[in-house]
Amino acid sequence: MADNRADSRRVIVVGGGLAGLAATVRIAEAGTPVDLFSMVPVKRSHSVCAQGGINACNEVARQQGYSEYQHFDETIYGGDYLADQGPVLEMGNFAPKVIDLLDRMGVPFNRTAEGYRDLRLFGGSLFKRTHFAGASTGQQLLYALDEQTRRYEAEGRVNKYEFWEFLAPIIEGEGDDRRCVGIVAQDLRTMQTRSFRGDAVVMATGGNGLVFGQSTNSVICTGGAASRCYQAGAWYANGEMVQVHPTAIPGADKCRLMSESARGEGGRVWVPRKKGDSRDARQIAEEERWYFLEEKYPDYGNLVPRDIATREIFDVCVNQGMGVGGENQVYLDLTHKPREYLDEKLGAILEIYTKFAGDDPRELPMKIFPAVHYSMGGMWTQYEKGTYQPETPHGDHKPGMRAPIDTEPGRGMMIGAPNNMMTNISGLYAFGEVNFAYHGATRLGANALLSCIFDGLFCGPSVCNYIKNLKPVSELDASVYERATDAEDAKSQKLMDSSGDTTSDPATNPYKIAQEMGVEMTAACTVVKTGERLAKTMDKIAELRERYSRVRLGDTAMWSNQTLSFTRSVGDMLIMAESIAKTSLMREESRGSHYRLDFPDRNDERFLKTTVSEYQVGASNGEHGVEHHVFYRDVDTSLVTPRARTYGKTDAPKTNANNTPAQGERTLSDASAKPAGAGQA
Amino acid sequence: MVVDVNVPDEQQRRANREKASPGRTITVKILRCDGPGKPTRWEAFKVQVDRGMNVISALQRIAANPVTVDGDGTTPVVWDSGCLEEVCGACTMVINGRVRQSCTCLLDEYAPSDGDVLTLEPMSKFPVIRDLWVDRERLFHNLKRVKAWVPIDGTYNLGAGPQEAPESQQTRYKLSECMSCGCCLEACPQFNLEEDQSKWDSTFVGAHAISQARLFNEHETGKRLKDERLESLIGAGGVSDCGNAQNCVKVCPKHIPLTESIAAMGRAVTIHSVTRFFKGK
Repeated sequence: MADNRADSRRVIVVGGGLAGLAATVRIAEAGTPVDLFSMVPVKRSHSVCAQGGINACNEVARQQGYSEYQHFDETIYGGDYLADQGPVLEMGNFAPKVIDLLDRMGVPFNRTAEGYRDLRLFGGSLFKRTHFAGASTGQQLLYALDEQTRRYEAEGRVNKYEFWEFLAPIIEGEGDDRRCVGIVAQDLRTMQTRSFRGDAVVMATGGNGLVFGQSTNSVICTGGAASRCYQAGAWYANGEMVQVHPTAIPGADKCRLMSESARGEGGRVWVPRKKGDSRDARQIAEEERWYFLEEKYPDYGNLVPRDIATREIFDVCVNQGMGVGGENQVYLDLTHKPREYLDEKLGAILEIYTKFAGDDPRELPMKIFPAVHYSMGGMWTQYEKGTYQPETPHGDHKPGMRAPIDTEPGRGMMIGAPNNMMTNISGLYAFGEVNFAYHGATRLGANALLSCIFDGLFCGPSVCNYIKNLKPVSELDASVYERATDAEDAKSQKLMDSSGDTTSDPATNPYKIAQEMGVEMTAACTVVKTGERLAKTMDKIAELRERYSRVRLGDTAMWSNQTLSFTRSVGDMLIMAESIAKTSLMREESRGSHYRLDFPDRNDERFLKTTVSEYQVGASNGEHGVEHHVFYRDVDTSLVTPRARTYGKTDAPKTNANNTPAQGERTLSDASAKPAGAGQA
Repeated sequence: MVVDVNVPDEQQRRANREKASPGRTITVKILRCDGPGKPTRWEAFKVQVDRGMNVISALQRIAANPVTVDGDGTTPVVWDSGCLEEVCGACTMVINGRVRQSCTCLLDEYAPSDGDVLTLEPMSKFPVIRDLWVDRERLFHNLKRVKAWVPIDGTYNLGAGPQEAPESQQTRYKLSECMSCGCCLEACPQFNLEEDQSKWDSTFVGAHAISQARLFNEHETGKRLKDERLESLIGAGGVSDCGNAQNCVKVCPKHIPLTESIAAMGRAVTIHSVTRFFKGK
């Protein structure tokens, strides 16, 4: 039960992944009780799916010429300059402390022979700066924070509400005086809806992969919670920036990631030359195979950068219909390599493939396809700029250069400032993947785990400082909370009243609507976008929203009704999808993961800006998407001057294809395609 | 105790994959229950199977069109799931009589022929919430019993953790892969359904918790709580309640050496008790 004593301020954290748990531990440690809400037992949050590792400058890399500053520079460059620079500098500076703390919490980081933390190479850097725990780093980091949270729970400092779904923020006041004073949530077992008082609310609810149907995300990653905040007035930023990973294992239920190292170890991507060739891969002779990456990019072959590989695979399947078996899949072939070699180099990921796809990749080529993986965009957040404010931005930072600034806390973002990672609504914070703050237009591998934990640890004290001098919400009139509960009850009731036979009219079946939304969004709003196609998407989403207004539930139970929860999130996903499509349409340039065939170049003059989408209730006048008021804000580029994003590519592959990205090749494979840089041991 | 009559072994699974025909129709029998205290019933559904489908995708098809084999409309089946990659543990259920994750359960391996029947039941050692969804709160509660955490001083910047030999890291990593799915508890003859929370602290703590106690006792800082963990494993519900059926290790999806952990903690508890006796505590 929420404690409403006058002297007792408390914080609500929504979401129990890395960001939510790091915030919980930090805030509870500072002496403020935390009510932690999660749709699933927190140990089952989506953070468990992260495999590769977590980036931070370390002593070995430092002595080779690396620095926290370079980590910052790489992250900004990787994100094509769309991230505000202050918070990213602070994240790079703070990263080693994150690793140390998680190390103390007992994370089994891989070790060198001497017993130090081992490191691996990752995309976007020539230095080994990625710490890892086997092939399940996210899982191991989450468990460590889960254990510390359990410890505080046992001490009575944390109250967990697991299997509770966030329905809405409770916002008091108007205009600039708006303040978030709690949340409405529903127990997914009993279906009881309740309001909870909170002096501040931290949203840590992750990404929205399910908007795209099949993604690498968990089934809970609908983005529903962020959408509900958006509909309550919180700004949503850079929603058009969606990361699509080139190699995933397509599945009937979801797509599972296949690491790039398969290509690094010699994997070849191909499809049969004959369209619709249904023969077993082993029966197709060498000359009947189309190694399209090797053919189009003779220099880089299968090791072309991530975004090129993704776009080419997409083009072959979706535009040309050349996918294996007529489906959206291509072969990733390792069968020409000796078994022992594969077992030694790639054993773990090949086991995963075998388990899920049912085929042995040592015998049969893997079938892979790009899949939506991460949402760089998210809830808009603010921050208090740090003390490093050079008169002119720094230029290109090269390995071994002296970092222009030390790593003292507060250089990029003021530690403890109450507005760090606060949304445009006072008291409503957004931490982790659900905010837009750190990754710009593309996220570098192994930076996600870092940004999530960094937010929790670094910005947790900001929340404590914010609530310190405010009137406690326990003094607010109970009617504020009763009204909020009633409003959500009414919404649920409306959906429940629509219960009926869903099988007779598929147009109003929520599963069917969700499926069509996923297909549409994946086709139009991921790898290659065009204005023409996106305009059609706006029409399609409008059609789906109209059908959704007549949606019918197939379950009337007032107990553990998952259909109600799912259907509610479908409505929220449709609104998010519409905003993503609209901002994609409006960004008439190509930057990072956002690639517009009709505007293939980066346009700093017009679009070196944060996209902000604001939902205007009741703005609908019949025109599609008019409720999404979109405007642009300047990006903080005061620390590093934007430069062309080439990754040192000197020998551009000869191709007249329009979709050769003009601006950039950020890559995992880049590092291996090049001779080891100055810093490589 | 582990009955594997209808569960194909690895060789059979491979053979089944070879002969599985896409487009076939199988029957999925599900033990359903509308809520705590409500009666259970079996419902059967015809599901058309495409290549690569797992139990989750069969359940998704049923949810989109919930009609039984008799042509009766029914409610969508309720089940728990998360990552669908066998790292979160959520989708654990009893399939053809044996507990496992449903995401990695491929229909080509389990029901390769037209007309094959697959049975799905909720785990029996935890209270059913609805249909295949159970409440595993007790499992997490038992992690508190053994203080499964490292007692750090706080989150302030105090430098790195202790250095560690790679062999030790490898041992801890293996134990730390436990995803709290509960397979070991479902298969254990000593761990039984207990809805009365006041009895949770005196009933068998379970293989997973014993193994976690070992994990933290092996960590340089974690071992500061070693004695308290061992105390929690003495007496009723502790390590001596293990009946040595060894089912846990057979059903663990992550191949965690659970029986090894139980043996190690059994020895540690014995030594601890003897030491305590001589110290007169």
